[in-house]
Amino acid sequence: MTELIIKNGFVYDPLNQIDGEKMDICIRDGKIVKSVKDTADSIDASGKIVFPGGVDIHSHIAGGEVDTARLLRPEDHYKDVESKTSLTRSGVGFSIPSTFTTGYRYSKMGYTTVMNPSMAPLTARHTHEELSDTPMLDTATYPLLGDWWFSLEHIRDGLLKENAAHIAWMLKATKGYAIKVVNPGGLEAWGFGHNVHGLDDQVPNFGITPREIIRGLVKVNTMLNLPHSIHLHTNNLGQPGNYMTALETMKSVEDLAIENKPIMHVTHIQFCAFKGEDWKGFCSGAEEISNYVNNHNHVTLDVGQVVFSSTTTMTADGPFQYGLYHLTGNKWANHDVETETSGGIVPFRYKRSSAVHATQWSIGLEISLLIKDPYKILMTTDHPNGGPFTAYPEVMTWLISKSARDKMLAKINKRARKKSLLNTIDRELSLYELAIVTRAGQAKALGLKQKGHLGIGADADVAIFNINPEINDPAKEFEASKAAFRQTAYTIKGGEIVAKEGEIVKSIFGKTYWVDAKTSMPLQVNDDIKRKFKEYWTIEFDNYPLREGFLHSPSPVNVKAVI
Amino acid sequence: MPVVESVTCPVCGTFCDDIELVIENNRIIEAKNACAMGAAKFLNYSDHRIKTPLIRKNGELVEATMDEAIEKAAQILVDAHYPILYGWSNTCCEAQRVGVALAEEVGGVMDNTATVCHGPSIMGVQDAGIPGATLGQLRHRADLIVYWASNPWDAHPRHAERYSMFSEGRFEKSTWTQYLSRLRGDMSKKKIQRASNLVLKHDFCFDYCKEQNEGLPCTMYQNKRRTIVVDVRRTRTADSADCFIQVEPGKDYELLQALRVLVNDGELDVDEVAGVPKDTIEELADVLVNCKMGVIFFGLGLTMSKGKHRNIDAAINLTRDLNGRTKFLIMPMRGHYNVTGANIVTTWQTGYPFGVDLSNGYPRYNPGETTANDILRRGEADAMLVIASDPVAHFPKSSSQSIAKIPLISIDPEVTPTTMLADVILPPSFAGIETEGTAYRMDHVPLPLKKVVEPPKGFISDQEILRRILQKVKELKKREMD
Repeated sequence: MTELIIKNGFVYDPLNQIDGEKMDICIRDGKIVKSVKDTADSIDASGKIVFPGGVDIHSHIAGGEVDTARLLRPEDHYKDVESKTSLTRSGVGFSIPSTFTTGYRYSKMGYTTVMNPSMAPLTARHTHEELSDTPMLDTATYPLLGDWWFSLEHIRDGLLKENAAHIAWMLKATKGYAIKVVNPGGLEAWGFGHNVHGLDDQVPNFGITPREIIRGLVKVNTMLNLPHSIHLHTNNLGQPGNYMTALETMKSVEDLAIENKPIMHVTHIQFCAFKGEDWKGFCSGAEEISNYVNNHNHVTLDVGQVVFSSTTTMTADGPFQYGLYHLTGNKWANHDVETETSGGIVPFRYKRSSAVHATQWSIGLEISLLIKDPYKILMTTDHPNGGPFTAYPEVMTWLISKSARDKMLAKINKRARKKSLLNTIDRELSLYELAIVTRAGQAKALGLKQKGHLGIGADADVAIFNINPEINDPAKEFEASKAAFRQTAYTIKGGEIVAKEGEIVKSIFGKTYWVDAKTSMPLQVNDDIKRKFKEYWTIEFDNYPLREGFLHSPSPVNVKAVI
Repeated sequence: MPVVESVTCPVCGTFCDDIELVIENNRIIEAKNACAMGAAKFLNYSDHRIKTPLIRKNGELVEATMDEAIEKAAQILVDAHYPILYGWSNTCCEAQRVGVALAEEVGGVMDNTATVCHGPSIMGVQDAGIPGATLGQLRHRADLIVYWASNPWDAHPRHAERYSMFSEGRFEKSTWTQYLSRLRGDMSKKKIQRASNLVLKHDFCFDYCKEQNEGLPCTMYQNKRRTIVVDVRRTRTADSADCFIQVEPGKDYELLQALRVLVNDGELDVDEVAGVPKDTIEELADVLVNCKMGVIFFGLGLTMSKGKHRNIDAAINLTRDLNGRTKFLIMPMRGHYNVTGANIVTTWQTGYPFGVDLSNGYPRYNPGETTANDILRRGEADAMLVIASDPVAHFPKSSSQSIAKIPLISIDPEVTPTTMLADVILPPSFAGIETEGTAYRMDHVPLPLKKVVEPPKGFISDQEILRRILQKVKELKKREMD
């Protein structure tokens, strides 16, 4: 029975309305408890802030797409190496780190839970093998279901209950956590090299529209009572003028809203908030998006903030990635997955001097600051699409410090600077709000009840930072804040101290969450189904689901479906 | 007699998963759906296996216990400054993962069979990217199939029936009946030829390569699945295709680039390229551009002939350029059933796919410097561990001569030229027959390897052997430090 007490820190626990109160946090056997014995190990957190462990709702860290990108880009790794130590495995960075390095680097920054947002169901084994070689973190992954032939056919034919049963089966078979949808309809069209360009375009060969796919899956999600809403990458991503598609997408499900939780999570909204007719007239649609979200409660967003750096773009949006290859001339990898999805990878560099990139940088921050409720706009860089996750500390300073933003604003392309709304935005997120956008809000949107907070019964995942709000102004002294966010004084995972002052002091492996949605009429696996599977895929039905025991530390989240 | 269904076949990169095995008294007595290679492995794998671990003492291999062999193997690795840990392609990912940890622990080089096979393909991808897909996309959608420098009839026997011209897809049908008609036609031609040789008393020969000189056959313009084979000689695969283009050996690069010129709306200002007349190349480019969805499957004819990764570069660039006109994909025909897994596992753990030097404590990758043959030929390795592979049979003689001079550990179930040179032999149970695991098909789809029979008593898996060696290495290193 291991006990630990964190004494005298300034605790920020928004889900329990604790805003910088000086208090002790007690831990026993990996959980937050009310009190511990005097013999407990103790950490002196006086003069430091105490946050719940970081939760990242969308970061590409494992699976076929990520590993192909790693293989594609040896030049990404050469200059960023990690040597083996007695506790840690060696590895490489930079924008697509090797798996061990990914875990260690997240942990040093105080993150304890990371969600891999894109998994082709056919290659689920790959994603889970990589997650099990990613130390220090609890993880989960979202199967891509928006262009799944079964989804397209069921929704087209109005068989939503059938689809719900299939998706419940799929979540179990692939050990997935949520319904991921990318450019709905577009990925199937890309099978023959085409795309869709609007919510009411026809998906070739299937007689269905993106609007119908989105609405169908929102309904299925509600039927299954899944902890997270559908996780959606909109149509027309990355196209000038696409803020209208984003608005239309969010509007398309207003009537399906339910009481107690959002029904749609629009991911990396920055890439969907482009205004203007073309790249020349490119400008920010942040105001329109923010106004909508401020007045509606059925959606949550994450930013996908751009960082000025070289990085790698990778998404399941095959046609978009192909377009990016044409835009940049960089090497392009494509991987279409039968019956399910597509994918593409293109290296990319965001430059301060580019009017478009600089405007993108501004858009992300504008949305983050114009949306009033931080629970609605979570911080991500869509790692590595907007930038590597190791840039989070810098992004955090832009959110909490106008001076930090101004410093960067002064260095970016002149035209972008002139048009940027950041000139008129004074808002600085408080530490309380920062804790929401980097942990509390993320856990809440995911429906992970034991994460993102430090209340009794929560998992004992804690990040202690060297920031003293009584002495330092984190906004004014943003360089010191950035250094503090770069490496915790302590990272605690499951009640154990795992990182200290930038060093891993204990190597551990976390759990993988997946959702077991119990329906009243689960999928009957009969000969018909097996035959259909064989027609659709090139593998036998029996070889599709992950066998029991494949995951090293599975942690099923049991939900009772409504149907 | 129990029948085990949906068994994955642990032989080639086609990685069929529909094998049905009939088991009797812990022996496989029948392998349904398997090709000749698969059936041979399932039925005969145990015939010549090494029965116990062996250690070379005074020049002779003598029986040893597993513990003794593991201790000896660990000692060899601990004593070495620059060991190579090579092979990996015929075992499961679980073993490969331990392998990287072991290579890191002993500061060695982690290399796999891609280094003499599709390594150039990987290097081509690292330069140019790759428009790829899983095999099902091709089965459903491809109406134009190109096998370039690849002969699946011999090397991937069920590839065509599972994934390409003889497979059935949602949008494209199998061309099996057309092939049978053509076969009948060819057999008639042969009979006529034979008869006329007898009657007319002189040689009467049908020109097989009429495509070269008279243009592509009219079937190439029909609205159904068509197959083209490009090779230096007419293979059995070429016989089963609609169209065969014979390319001069060592000139694939030129032909690929010529096609690129045409696909990009340029003109060829020569009369022929690589032995193929300009008119034929122009027709070929037209066919490529006008298909609904095409695929190039390519093999060692491109990776191991003059140009190597530059050939792949050209093939990838051609495919990429074709995507400006239609949908086109490309896929390397991986040989061993889990060489793809070896690349994938090594990449996720180290960042690099093969030839990974861990001797400085962090991963380094520089093909030509850190790859097995190059290290061996420079005489720089002072020990080697070989698993699930037989380099002495396949490497250049100078490499094998180098291997003969250094301590060699072989993890292999059967006698091979490599085991004949080894100082320690650790025979494992067979992955995919006696041990379960995971392996990756040539298109990166991971599938389970099944356990269908029990291994002989005392036989443990590759991953267990490696785990024990790793543990022993750590113990020995600790002892040395104390």
